[in-house]
Amino acid sequence: MRTLALAIGLVAAQSAHAAEPLNVVATFSILGDMTQNVGGDRVHVTTLVGPGGDLHVFNPTPRQAGVLAEADAVVMNGLALEGWLERLVEATGYDGPVIAAAHDVTPLPAGDDDEDADGGHQEAAHHHHHGVYDPHAWQDLSNAVLYVDAIAEGLSAADPEGAETYRANADAYIAKLTALDAEAKADMATIPEDGRTVLTNHDAFAYFGKAYGVTFIAPQGISTEAEPSAQDVAALVRQIREDGVDALFLESVADNRLVEQIAAETGVTIGGELYSDALSGPDGDGSTYLSMMRHNLGVLVKALGKGV
Amino acid sequence: MDQLLGPFGEFAFMRRALVGCIAVSMGATPVGVFLLLRRMSLTGDAMAHAILPGAAIGFLFAGLSLTAMTIGGLVAGMTVAVAAGAVSRSTVLREDASLAAFYLVSLAAGVAVVSMHGSNVDLMHVLFGSVLALGNDALILLCAIATITMIALALLYRPLVLECLDPAYLRGVSGLSAVAHFAFLALAVLNLVGGFHALGTLMAVGIMILPAATARFWTRGVGAMIGIAFAVAVTGSIAGLWLSYQYGLPSGPAIVLALGGFYGLSLVFGAEGSLLARHTPRSHREA
Repeated sequence: MRTLALAIGLVAAQSAHAAEPLNVVATFSILGDMTQNVGGDRVHVTTLVGPGGDLHVFNPTPRQAGVLAEADAVVMNGLALEGWLERLVEATGYDGPVIAAAHDVTPLPAGDDDEDADGGHQEAAHHHHHGVYDPHAWQDLSNAVLYVDAIAEGLSAADPEGAETYRANADAYIAKLTALDAEAKADMATIPEDGRTVLTNHDAFAYFGKAYGVTFIAPQGISTEAEPSAQDVAALVRQIREDGVDALFLESVADNRLVEQIAAETGVTIGGELYSDALSGPDGDGSTYLSMMRHNLGVLVKALGKGV
Repeated sequence: MDQLLGPFGEFAFMRRALVGCIAVSMGATPVGVFLLLRRMSLTGDAMAHAILPGAAIGFLFAGLSLTAMTIGGLVAGMTVAVAAGAVSRSTVLREDASLAAFYLVSLAAGVAVVSMHGSNVDLMHVLFGSVLALGNDALILLCAIATITMIALALLYRPLVLECLDPAYLRGVSGLSAVAHFAFLALAVLNLVGGFHALGTLMAVGIMILPAATARFWTRGVGAMIGIAFAVAVTGSIAGLWLSYQYGLPSGPAIVLALGGFYGLSLVFGAEGSLLARHTPRSHREA
């Protein structure tokens, strides 16, 4: 009798989802991929900031606002990454659940890299960023597990019938994340600890650095908009010479010409491209969150290994 | 002295920035002097805005590619310059009005193209320039533009000076008037496109116009004005880069502000028609 009830329940659930999948809006490509993995074919995911786009300067189109207004659930990062989302939600009149994926993450303070870069201004930098967190928590695979849990819980609340499916999908996905996390730690351990200093022109990698023991230095602050002064660049060139930076990495969003010049100036080699805020297009090396993390890890280990 | 030269000796990017600025100064300042003499100083600003959609379209097709953005900027700038020049020569509308009309349309198209693309971060770097990030390609381009400009100006010098002084006379005696006019507009566009690699679209006009305006306060001769403007541009570039190094100012604006400082000083103390010169008895100047 019980099995029969369960079977009927399953059939009902399947027919329900076949009729209309849950419409979920994710704020950017990485969350979109995670949500798709958890939701499977019970959900239809729309991503607001697509692959290669920049989160910091997002302007919604009326079409996207329309999709949001009719969504069943919204997945966002939180930690003040999507400053525009609250206004957009208000403007569109969307009143469904908003899932903050980074809700359970232990956040790092913003601007940590600045302190490494300039010891003299440590106090000032700390004071300036007080109370503001670095939002790029997905760069640590163990945080991604928390993201996936939060997304699975949120989707289950929005669509209780699918709770079991979401949990099962999440567990399968988490197994892959944990495996890659272990692989990352093992791979990074092959590189001596004093040979893991990396320069990249976007400081989105504080969580990655903390998790896998890599020091990241950035020529520009957390914003991609400020124009550097000659003083900033000179300080950085000196720092690369003095601190023995091992590799330079260009990042897929910001201006690369400056890093190319600094590489030429200091003789440090350029390692490759790291993905920070956005996945690549479907044909790129980072079309899913897992392949993105695998790509980042691969190019880092390769470039740092060369320097030894 | 050591403190002044220190950064240029220690850092290659400072030397590159300086070479880039000198190259831009060589081409842009004579063009600026002729713009000033022809009362077309604001034309430079209008042109800089007209270049934006071309650079934006080049960027959309090829990313942050020097060649694509240069060609795009040249095509857009030339189209606006030629169209505005043609309208002013064949209709009732004067050059300033027709240019304003074309550059506004072009600017609007540029903003629309940029917005449609969604991510405009790279373009922000184009608009605000990166004199600290001049690669070999960019330096070669700047030097090539300076060379072309010097040769072209040497050939066009007489008709240009004549047209500044008496355009009707030149139009009467020679068919060269139109040729000189359009060739000159082409040079202006070329130098603005070069300048936007070094200083950004918005700042490129500064190194073209400010030294010329400064030089006007010291001499009346065209040749001397070009010489002084070039010297002012180079000195201002060095001062701006040094300020940027010493006080952490963004480098493009620092250079233009330094040029503005020279302009302000000349405005007050210059030998020709400055505030001081106009209010000093004539005998003083002739003594």
